[in-house]
Amino acid sequence: MFAAAAQYLVSGLTVGATYGLTGLGFTMIFNTTGIINFAQGEFVMLGGMMSVFFRTWLGLDLFSAILLAVAVTALVGAAMERLTIRPIQGSSPINLVIATIGVSILIRGAAMLLWGKDTFSLPPFGGTAPIPLFGAAVQPQSLWALAITLALLTALKLFFSASIHGKAMLACACNRKAAHLMGISVARMSLFSFALSAFTGAVGGAILAPITMTSYDVGMMLGLKGFAACILGGLGNPFGAAVGGLLIGIMESFGAGYVSSAYKDAFAFVVLLLLLFVRPSGLFGKSGAERV
Amino acid sequence: MLALENVDIFHGRIHAVRRVSLHVDPGEIVALIGANGAGKTTLLGAISGLVRVGGGRILHKGDAIQTLSPDAVVRRGISQVPERRLVFGPLSVEDNLLLGAYTRRGRARKADVAADREAVYDMFPVLRDRKKQAAGTLSGGEQQMLAIGRALMARPSALLLDEPGMGLAPAVCKEIFRHIVKLRDERGLTVLLVEQNAKSALAVSDRGYVLETGRILLQGPSEELLANRDVQRAYLGRERDAL
Ligand SMILES: Nc1ncnc2c1ncn2[C@@H]1O[C@H](COP(=O)(O)OP(=O)(O)O)[C@@H](O)[C@H]1O
Ligand SMILES: [Mg+2]
Repeated sequence: MFAAAAQYLVSGLTVGATYGLTGLGFTMIFNTTGIINFAQGEFVMLGGMMSVFFRTWLGLDLFSAILLAVAVTALVGAAMERLTIRPIQGSSPINLVIATIGVSILIRGAAMLLWGKDTFSLPPFGGTAPIPLFGAAVQPQSLWALAITLALLTALKLFFSASIHGKAMLACACNRKAAHLMGISVARMSLFSFALSAFTGAVGGAILAPITMTSYDVGMMLGLKGFAACILGGLGNPFGAAVGGLLIGIMESFGAGYVSSAYKDAFAFVVLLLLLFVRPSGLFGKSGAERV
Repeated sequence: MLALENVDIFHGRIHAVRRVSLHVDPGEIVALIGANGAGKTTLLGAISGLVRVGGGRILHKGDAIQTLSPDAVVRRGISQVPERRLVFGPLSVEDNLLLGAYTRRGRARKADVAADREAVYDMFPVLRDRKKQAAGTLSGGEQQMLAIGRALMARPSALLLDEPGMGLAPAVCKEIFRHIVKLRDERGLTVLLVEQNAKSALAVSDRGYVLETGRILLQGPSEELLANRDVQRAYLGRERDAL
């Protein structure tokens, strides 16, 4: 009984780490540009799929393949901003959001043409022998996933709280006119936020690929869960998005374990809807939601 | 120092600024007076590189600057304190000041930036008391002080102020204006002061321009404008309340 619960908890946290990183990506772009980027899930897909591709087709070792995949995805994010967001900058937010939906369809289509409809998997990062923990058998990959997520969170937290560039990104979110007047290049910050979000999403995709299989179309559901994670945590709050992702992962895992795995994807959204009725600003959002 | 030559600015079809020429000499405080919608903010936006001019030139120290980006304008030494202050609400007072020095990153030593921050705190001690507080929690007057301090962090030689007295109690407004004069007297700062409140702006400025629906209507030494009957009728006295 207890062992099963521990097992669900660990696997929930593992998957939740990727949801959290996806949510974090949403948050960073939203905070800098005010846009909800619905291509965020595709960045996660690209992180996993390109790692597979670079490893098997280019013959790179796992570590180099992942590094390259993450770097290329960051470039894809930057290119997306440059080619689709910048040209229509200043049009209404809904147009910008629709552009991101267009990009997500494009990326998914390109991935299908390139890699087909098969599912792929990455080998675990190190060690396959399960580690016993409170009666559960923990896959080393789960620990990798959590450790990498934690490291990335810490780095981002430092970036936003201690570096002038991080603060400048926050300033763009507060007020674009004032940011311009400080001499902050708002266009460059917007570009950078897309690259950084793509990077974060790709890391999430790469750490998840050894645990669940990956294919050209995993981005849609991962994107939705990541979006749910940042709504759960309070839109605009990076820490909340990460915790929201972990919570959704745990809810899913327990729901699948104790109720039925057929409804796995639904649990998160049901809980999210319930929460939004009770606390529309999210768990960690300021009530009143003064953000626009 | 700063000069506009026959500047035209359009917002789509709206001809917001019409063939405006004005100049601000080094160390001068020049007031730009005009009712709501006269084109004052648009004009400052053009100087700061936020709005493109449709015609004419903006000169700074002899160079045309009307095509520069906002950060290039700040780097040249022209900073703006925007209308409604626009402090970064969720960020701390200290971070707001730090962002004011954004264009100096990599060029200025950290110690110099810290010294300038202390100078702002000496000028507005209330900001020092609240340096860890989110800027959005400050009162209107305190936010205005922060917005001015933030602009000074770029070490400008010219300061553009867009209605710094807006929404402030008369005593607070007076205090802000006193600091603007002090900045000119002590640092030789050149100031272009935009105001709807003609009386207080003309009281502290050397010269003034009156802008009406995008055109310069009157210009001259501030005392003369204060004494001018048209100005008195339109911007002072009884009818001021109607503006
Ligand atoms: N972004 C904009 N888009 C369209 N029209 C604008 C914009 N900003 C200002 N205007 C118009 O330009 C004119 C001048 O506005 P503004 O410069 O804000 O005047 P002031 O600062 O003197 O109140 C007004 O008619 C205003 O409606
Ligand atoms: Mg104005």
